[in-house]
Amino acid sequence: MTVSAKERTAVGGPVVPGLVVEGLRKRYGDHTAVDGVSFSLAPGASLAIVGESGCGKTTTVRMLVGLERPDGGTVRLDGRDRSALPRGRAERLARAREIQMVFQDPYLSLDPRVTVSGCLDGVLRLHSGLGPAGRRARVAELLDQVGLGAREASALPRGLSGGQRQRVAIARALAVEPRVLVLDEAVAALDVSIQAQILELLGAIRREPGIGYLFVTHDLAVVRHIADEVLVLKSGQVVETGPAARVLDAPQHPYTRLLLDSVPHRGRPLPGR
Amino acid sequence: MTTTTSPAPYRRPGLRRLRVLGQGPMFAVSVAVLAALVLVALLAPVLAPYDPEALDLASSLVGTGADHLLGTDQSGRDVLSRLLHGARTGLLGPLLVVTVSTLLGTLIGVVAAWRGGWADTVLSRSMDMVFAIPGLLLAILLVTVVGSGMTAPVIAMAVAYTPYVGRLVRGIARQEKARPYIEAYRVQGWSGWTVSVRHLLPNIAPTVLAQSAMNFGYALMDLAALSYLGFGVQPPTADWGAMINEGQSAVQQGAMLPALAPSACIVLAVVAFGIVGEGLADRIAKRER
Amino acid sequence: MKEQRDTTPVLDIDGLDVRLPEDRAGRPILDGIGLRVRAGESVGLVGESGSGKSVACRSVLGLLPAGARTSGQVRVGGRDVLAMNRTELAALRARQVAMVYQDPRASVNPLRRVGDFLTEGLRASGTPAGAATARALELLDAVGIRDPRGALRRRPHEFSGGMLQRVVIAAALAAEPALIVADEPTTALDVTTQAEIVALLGRLRAERGTGLLFVTHDLELAASVCDRVYVMYAGRIVETRGTDELFDRPRHPYTAGLLACTPSIAAGAPSPRPIPGRPVSLAESPPGCAFVARCAHAVPRCSEEKPVLTRHGDGLAACHRAAEGITL
Repeated sequence: MTVSAKERTAVGGPVVPGLVVEGLRKRYGDHTAVDGVSFSLAPGASLAIVGESGCGKTTTVRMLVGLERPDGGTVRLDGRDRSALPRGRAERLARAREIQMVFQDPYLSLDPRVTVSGCLDGVLRLHSGLGPAGRRARVAELLDQVGLGAREASALPRGLSGGQRQRVAIARALAVEPRVLVLDEAVAALDVSIQAQILELLGAIRREPGIGYLFVTHDLAVVRHIADEVLVLKSGQVVETGPAARVLDAPQHPYTRLLLDSVPHRGRPLPGR
Repeated sequence: MTTTTSPAPYRRPGLRRLRVLGQGPMFAVSVAVLAALVLVALLAPVLAPYDPEALDLASSLVGTGADHLLGTDQSGRDVLSRLLHGARTGLLGPLLVVTVSTLLGTLIGVVAAWRGGWADTVLSRSMDMVFAIPGLLLAILLVTVVGSGMTAPVIAMAVAYTPYVGRLVRGIARQEKARPYIEAYRVQGWSGWTVSVRHLLPNIAPTVLAQSAMNFGYALMDLAALSYLGFGVQPPTADWGAMINEGQSAVQQGAMLPALAPSACIVLAVVAFGIVGEGLADRIAKRER
Repeated sequence: MKEQRDTTPVLDIDGLDVRLPEDRAGRPILDGIGLRVRAGESVGLVGESGSGKSVACRSVLGLLPAGARTSGQVRVGGRDVLAMNRTELAALRARQVAMVYQDPRASVNPLRRVGDFLTEGLRASGTPAGAATARALELLDAVGIRDPRGALRRRPHEFSGGMLQRVVIAAALAAEPALIVADEPTTALDVTTQAEIVALLGRLRAERGTGLLFVTHDLELAASVCDRVYVMYAGRIVETRGTDELFDRPRHPYTAGLLACTPSIAAGAPSPRPIPGRPVSLAESPPGCAFVARCAHAVPRCSEEKPVLTRHGDGLAACHRAAEGITL
């Protein structure tokens, strides 16, 4: 991706490609949910934000996609600032094409009134400039990419299983062709056998267009298999960050160690067994 | 995150027990009653055996018989014909009230929920203020300014009913707005207007419809009460509320039908609307689960 | 298939069928379930959603889906729960079996003080108020609540999810039950809290000799808690054996598939390998093995004849090809 001169940062320094988050902050009353979080995500890279409930991981990504307004800090994608409210339709759409999101609960994240193909067609109408025939072809292509067929295309969400719905949600995000895909506990609500299918699908998608992944998860075992980098959050602050293998195998911070020691797995019997 | 109970439609104290009936076979019966009522209102000029306003003082307070199925009133007018024509004014008034209050209340509720912040505060406070004024009182005040007839009561009732719709819509719209599917539309880059009108509104419409059906019955009752009191539709126009008023003196002379027949019609219509509203609300609640 | 033991198991489920009326389901919710928990033993019941694991564990308390027909036996301390009347069931739930649910907030009255919640069972069975309070303090201490005295006066909303689950476990222990049934007791909790609760359940079981039936969808979690694991699929038990053996040499392709698709945190662990397809719904009623459509080892016989649980190694497996020693 080439960067034109006008897309340089206001400071005038060289543009850092990818997603750069600096000093992100959010308060609710006297509770600081996100307290100076900084990180960056290179194009095509995969970062996992991990932590327990209330650590601020979901609030952080909600600020990235514009569902919450930050109280401080900046969010830039390829140097373009997206911390302030978008001005006008063009900027709103441009931002949507930068970051898309897949939500946790596939039972609540699809419009109950809209069929699968209708849902994808709507996104394409907004973003692609394709005609009806072109959109139809693209919808079929997207569905094929996430492993769904014609039967699912005409179905309403209530006619689909949890795994199928999550595939639709992924296709819906991909329809925009975003640079970064935020996955907010996107496999947490699924059965293990289905979860592995979705993880495999996400792996396959990532190999092709070089899309950046931002995983929000509480599951460190999942992190091992999907992330290049890990960021550990506690009480809204970053306690540790680094390459996934390094953080999982040689954690530096006591809290990271505690998290890792708490992951149940065979061969680590707990007291009483 | 705190869990909030789902916003419930407004129900009049005396009619809350209809909730049980809405879930049973009475729902279908009530739908049929309402359909019949609408048909009668539409076809009144064809169905009515007499001119509802034709005076015939010679046959005042004739009992039931082949000539007059439900007898005549004190002025010798055919009660059945007045009843059939009364269905027209009886349904037209509430229709106007419900249409206006539903549109206005939905608009206010969605804007308050979507914008939040100061817009929500201003709109919610305004609705609370209107809410505090009894609808009947507002109507009587307006009648003294505008004069009697259908216009003033309909306007007053439309205003008085708006906060009921507005509060409900605001509640469910806030809930719906926080659902991930609405958030997904926002992340896709749709404008707030498009998301709220094209995507959120259709998903809350069934609940609003259920409230409107209940409101229809309440408005019918209120407007009838106003006509009974002489603030609404003026004689000689056939109207159920006014008919009860006119029939009152006949009751003292032993003729029950001129007052009883319109009373029965009002009760039937109010109960049927209530049951249909409850039935709709119940079906929506079941679908949500 | 009685095993020679001097103690009767605290829980012995034998040939349990649970069926809904024909128009509501194509197959039984539970189909010939057999399951045993001995005193002091920790037994896992693992399956995905729709496998019937929750229905099975609720049947231990005599809780069955509305309109369901049952056959078989659920014996707790030798007595059949399915044949109990209302009073006997109440006594069973009050004294013999305690249940710990997924969401602690749903099982505690939010308006009442924790002290009342803990002592009501004891007081109902005739313990004087003073003794009941002393016992409640002892229990809160046993489940690791600091300041038990203060905790008695607080209400549920003043506790975190993990702390409240400890309170629920304390209440479960109050009557010294012979069996604790835990239905996904840590699914709603954070991982560090989960580790604490699981350790607590393990310690209490070891100290008190209580039997534990631990229901979960998470094989790794079951492995860290349980001595023995039952694996359920589509209303049937497809495999059961000791935890180590189950992990090292699964004999049922579904167990092997579950193991392969569960992401492991261990360094160098292979990527999770998904099981193709999806679980059979209640509406579907395959004539043969329910797993056949997703199974890489299926032969024609698998889609014609339902495999029965038979002994393979130190446990049981319901697979026509379990004896062939195929590498799963």
